[in-house]
Amino acid sequence: MSLLRVNDLTVKFGDVTVVDGLGFELPKGGSLGIVGESGSGKSMTSLAVMGLLPKGALCTGEISFDGIDLNTLSERRMREIRGDRIAMIFQDPLSSLNPYYTVGTQIAEAYRSHRSGVSRRAARQVAIEAMERVHIKEAGRRVDDYPHQFSGGMRQRVMIAMALSTEPELIIADEPTTALDVTVQAQILDLLAEVRRDTGAALIMITHDLAVVSEVADTVVVMRYGDVVETGSTEQIFSDPRHPYTQALLDAVPRIDDEIGDLRTLGGGS
Amino acid sequence: MTGELLLRARDLVKQFPVAGTAGLFRPARLFTAVGGVSFDLHAGETLALVGESGSGKSTTARLAARLLDVTSGTVELAGQDVTTRKGKDLAAVRRTVQVVFQDPFSSLNPRHTVERIVTAPLLYQKRDIPGGSREFTRTLLDRVGLNPDWLNRYPAQFSGGQAQRIGIARALAVGPRVLVCDEAVSALDVSVQAQIINLLRDLQAEEGFGCLFIAHDLAVVRQIATSVAVMTAGRVVEAGDRDTVFGDPQHEYTRRLLAAVPRIRPEWEAARRAKAAAR
Ligand SMILES: Nc1ncnc2c1ncn2[C@@H]1O[C@H](COP(=O)(O)OP(=O)(O)OP(=O)(O)O)[C@@H](O)[C@H]1O
Ligand SMILES: Nc1ncnc2c1ncn2[C@@H]1O[C@H](COP(=O)(O)OP(=O)(O)OP(=O)(O)O)[C@@H](O)[C@H]1O
Ligand SMILES: [Mg+2]
Ligand SMILES: [Mg+2]
Repeated sequence: MSLLRVNDLTVKFGDVTVVDGLGFELPKGGSLGIVGESGSGKSMTSLAVMGLLPKGALCTGEISFDGIDLNTLSERRMREIRGDRIAMIFQDPLSSLNPYYTVGTQIAEAYRSHRSGVSRRAARQVAIEAMERVHIKEAGRRVDDYPHQFSGGMRQRVMIAMALSTEPELIIADEPTTALDVTVQAQILDLLAEVRRDTGAALIMITHDLAVVSEVADTVVVMRYGDVVETGSTEQIFSDPRHPYTQALLDAVPRIDDEIGDLRTLGGGS
Repeated sequence: MTGELLLRARDLVKQFPVAGTAGLFRPARLFTAVGGVSFDLHAGETLALVGESGSGKSTTARLAARLLDVTSGTVELAGQDVTTRKGKDLAAVRRTVQVVFQDPFSSLNPRHTVERIVTAPLLYQKRDIPGGSREFTRTLLDRVGLNPDWLNRYPAQFSGGQAQRIGIARALAVGPRVLVCDEAVSALDVSVQAQIINLLRDLQAEEGFGCLFIAHDLAVVRQIATSVAVMTAGRVVEAGDRDTVFGDPQHEYTRRLLAAVPRIRPEWEAARRAKAAAR
């Protein structure tokens, strides 16, 4: 049975449709890459799964997680699932971290809220270890810093540490490595793979970095204008893309050994 | 590059106090985020700052743009020492240097419309808006690949990559002589990214601004940079023109960085190219 099944998902703001009848499936322990145009509805889709769509959004369709329809679930029951069974790494770390609490407190609280009976001191130690796992230097000292004292990539790693600390069954990562240099990025991707090996967690990875998707995902969904244009195994998408948009997208990837010159665009869209 | 020297940074140092180490009669211990960084930026040049997460790239950019006071070192803009300028004496700096920030949403006022955000730097400088505020905003939105009709929307109504492009439009509105781009294309799909990079290149050819370009995507850096500086732990460990740094990296860290660039499997690439050629 699949862990997550999204069927005919539609998200509207007034008469503007931003996700338009989208569907995909993710098996237990599987890993799904979502790629596509900026503004095509990738973040809205993940927020819909988390039950965290902004006010004014109207969401219809089926979001079935382990047999539970999340779209009709009460907020109280959704809260038990969110963070505990499904964890999300948000695209914009600065606005998803609380500016008034230290990063250590925030990691510790994320952990404590899902592990009853953990003392504050023990949770602090957990926070330091979580920061070390995401390769934040001098974690013991940095644990008392506030988010604004961290660099962009360090904040991103705090979000990742928080998401992993509760051993969720599904990790949704929305552009989790956009501020990481390639060596730290490789360490983080290794860590994600290791955690998934240990806990059997499934992964949805949203990213514009197609090379990263090709390494991480076993299935890829390509989105444009709020809908899926193509779904396939990672090998099929990368070696034999069928849809013209997927073909053009792969053609436009800047490669490190390309000729220097005008970069390829594909026109249209926003 | 032979253009005019626009930005000259010498021995920039930035230290931050370490949380919880200050006592009643004892100053806080200091943490050195930038430990002596120097560079020159000429008109028409794009200097890429690459390197480790947390190595001081954003801090260096903020020092150079005078958004943050230096602990020591000097910043010269077009021959003028602006290191210690304060208050309204900074107006000339704001006119010359524009920054596209790393966190798009938190750098856009959530209560202002796009039109107000994009034209704010011009209004602040009491400059005329060519063709009027609305038309001006529409043209800029179109150039960064956004729907011109969105000028009355608020930041929260945009996706990550759309918000990033509003930041780019705002920076370009002023016609800066120095443009600082801090991970400014990191949230864009490769096609929109190419559009923005081509736009920056075209504008640079027309207007000759200097660009300080921070990015982690080395393939993009190779396309856009004329020179590259590599940072780790608050220092520049290697700097030079693009072809030298990419073609013959000297420092061990630079080599590690280049080796870690993720790639699509060559056999998949070959299969895809063969299929495309047959179409
Ligand atoms: N509150 C809102 N009201 C109206 N439209 C909105 C609102 N929030 C988002 N949108 C629109 O919904 C569309 C989908 O946004 P979403 O954030 O899901 O895109 P995305 O695929 O994640 O893009 P990116 O890659 O740039 O992050 C965008 O076109 C955006 O402008
Ligand atoms: N206001 C501040 N107070 C204390 N420390 C700070 C402050 N701003 C930055 N730092 C620290 O300075 C160092 C350099 O940060 P900076 O943001 O310049 O890094 P970066 O190279 O841009 O990293 P990234 O690629 O992750 O964005 C980091 O250790 C960061 O935590
Ligand atoms: Mg998004
Ligand atoms: Mg930074």
